[in-house]
Amino acid sequence: MSDKKKTGADILLDTIYKNGVDKMFGLPGGAIIPIMDAVKDHPIDFILTRHEQGASHMADGYARATGKPGVILITSGPGATNTLTGIMTAQMDSVPMVIISGQQATSNLGLDTFQEADISGMSYPIVKHSYLITDPKEIPKAINEAFFIASTGRPGPVILDIPKDVANAVIDEDYDDTIDLPGYLAKPELDIDKIKDAAQMISQAQKPIFLVGHGAIISGADKILKTIVEDMNIPITNSLLGKGCFPEEHPLNLGMPGMHGTAYANMALCECDLVVSIGSRWDDRIAASPKEFCAQAKKIHIDIDLVEINKVVKVDIGLVGDAKDVLEKLHKYLEPNDTSKWIKTVNKFRKDYPLKYKKEGKLRAQHVIEEMYNLAGSDVIYTTDVGQHQMWAAQFIKINSPRNWISSGGAGTMGFGFPSAIGAQMACPDRKVVTIVGDGSFQMTLSELSTAVVNKLPIKILLLNNRYLGMVRQWQNLFYENRLTGVDLEGNPDFLKLASAYGAKGFRIRRSSDVRKVLKEALQYNAGPCLIDAVVEQHDNVFPMVPSGANLDKMILGFPQKRKELE
Amino acid sequence: MNNNIEKHSISLYVNNKPGVLIRTSLVFARRGYNIDSLVVSNDSNNPKFSRMNIEATGDTDTLHLMLAQLNRLVDVIHARDLSGEDILQKELSLVKLECPIEKRTELLQIAEAFSAKTIDLTENTITFQIAGSSEKLNRAETLLHGYKIKEIVRTGKVLMTRGEEATA
Ligand SMILES: Cc1ncc(C[n+]2csc(CCOP(=O)(O)OP(=O)(O)O)c2C)c(N)n1
Ligand SMILES: [Mg+2]
Repeated sequence: MSDKKKTGADILLDTIYKNGVDKMFGLPGGAIIPIMDAVKDHPIDFILTRHEQGASHMADGYARATGKPGVILITSGPGATNTLTGIMTAQMDSVPMVIISGQQATSNLGLDTFQEADISGMSYPIVKHSYLITDPKEIPKAINEAFFIASTGRPGPVILDIPKDVANAVIDEDYDDTIDLPGYLAKPELDIDKIKDAAQMISQAQKPIFLVGHGAIISGADKILKTIVEDMNIPITNSLLGKGCFPEEHPLNLGMPGMHGTAYANMALCECDLVVSIGSRWDDRIAASPKEFCAQAKKIHIDIDLVEINKVVKVDIGLVGDAKDVLEKLHKYLEPNDTSKWIKTVNKFRKDYPLKYKKEGKLRAQHVIEEMYNLAGSDVIYTTDVGQHQMWAAQFIKINSPRNWISSGGAGTMGFGFPSAIGAQMACPDRKVVTIVGDGSFQMTLSELSTAVVNKLPIKILLLNNRYLGMVRQWQNLFYENRLTGVDLEGNPDFLKLASAYGAKGFRIRRSSDVRKVLKEALQYNAGPCLIDAVVEQHDNVFPMVPSGANLDKMILGFPQKRKELE
Repeated sequence: MNNNIEKHSISLYVNNKPGVLIRTSLVFARRGYNIDSLVVSNDSNNPKFSRMNIEATGDTDTLHLMLAQLNRLVDVIHARDLSGEDILQKELSLVKLECPIEKRTELLQIAEAFSAKTIDLTENTITFQIAGSSEKLNRAETLLHGYKIKEIVRTGKVLMTRGEEATA
């Protein structure tokens, strides 16, 4: 074995392994067979998925749960195109991912040969960077660069397109694998003067609020953030992806703001005199109307990506840098101000406008979610799909530690929840993983039930079955005179039979009085995945809601008495 | 929002690699910002890199966003907006005109006024090479529109900063 000459494929895997990766997700085909052959004897685990989109979300879940890049290995043409949704999802949410895509032989490129697709060309707008490797000797350098780019700065997906002949080529050991990226800045230098200005602005504010996003979690800013929040007594709100950076059960945390955020978070934003975004990019689900957004307040923005500063919301001070580094510096110059009056105001919002739903009568999605949270607790990795169930989960599940909440925010990709839970469970075999999925979303990637069953992953799949593409139904209901079109999920399978066909355990909840009992039972089941089919009320809408494009002060708290309120 | 629609001159220093041009132009295309002219040339001092000069029209705020987006690209070493700065900028155009003998003297006079070179002459056509600022080229073009222009090809603007300062 030792005197066997190494091929491009061997060197590729060795370099990936050296970068700390022990698992790859994917599905093979002609163009990737040379690499698959090298996988056979390699310490890296290959996890066979049932669809490449599944593989991409698994890698994503793996990355979000650990902070390490998720790796996928797929074949050319349709294999590669099947991952585009997952790559876009990762790019939107700044998730480190490395995609190894097999390709037709170099001499066949551009000739419409079998399963040849210009994956680089198709993916330019949705990757952080990409490589088409034409010289086998470039492999180690390109892999090292790909991992470095994917995981530093503002993380993102990097594609390596590897033609079959390049993977097959025998390589001398004298290759150069040093990173050479003159155009890439992993860590911008901090501007201490601006940090001092920001510290003064924060110290003097009467009604400051922090808006914490994914960037803060990615940079590992949770500890210093907690110190600052508690020293300064400043309320915080976190974006959908910022959940968990600062404990949501903490009395200073107002939860998520925005379109379906808590009323008190939105009201606090409308009242504050300073908002400090820490790694949150004023997404349009929060700042739908950038000019009106917190118009009364000063704004500070901390972001590692210069592009984000003043991109949508104009700020008074932009601090470019890693959130943790910036906060650590900032902390030195902060002086606590008396914010007790402001905290009182905010607490009154919280008391007067709580999240609410009817527990009695019909089975409510909110009830099932809240009970799951009560029983499973917060030392759990929760992943979600996209839709009403996702927003209810964001409202009712309190996340107290970073990387315990995995949800597709920027892209809102249906079908993300279940495979991302598989990735998270693979990365953290000893953790409890619960995925909250919609009946519509789940059907987009449910074939991964096989992957979960084969690998005996004890994931709890909580399916909120409202037999609708509920979120779209809600919009049609509220803004299109209930002209429901293309949202009825008539023809849904019997999910219990489906689970059993895959060899997974199934549970069903139909009545609110059964919620506790069934969930408890499901949480005890650890032999493999289980699916809990919660047949919930079909016509509930998610409230509060800020109509699309409107400022936070246009928030509606419940179904309007007069339709006029929506206009 | 600053909605000043202006022509901008952008200079980029980039890796000399396949795909760089696409990545760069996508930044413009994504916002519907039109590229008016584009010149790419290898840096003969260091063939690993190339220089690009781009002229584009649009509002200043968007341009600033795009400059940051260009600088974010791994293949872009740096991108700079040189509009409004005192820099060297030149362009070259070739103009082919219909030119029967009776028009020849007239056209040659115009050529002289713009210090254009006659680089081709046939029985019925004359071709000038005009070099200088884009404004000068525009003026020459306007005047020549009084005649029958068969073809015009322009290189697009090339830029360089003055003195010791590096261009991009
Ligand atoms: C791939 C994809 N297609 C379409 C949409 C648009 N969309 C957003 S939410 C939603 C409904 C999701 O239905 P379901 O998963 O059943 O969740 P519910 O809203 O009913 O809880 C749709 C179709 C999307 N986000 N992603
Ligand atoms: Mg549904």
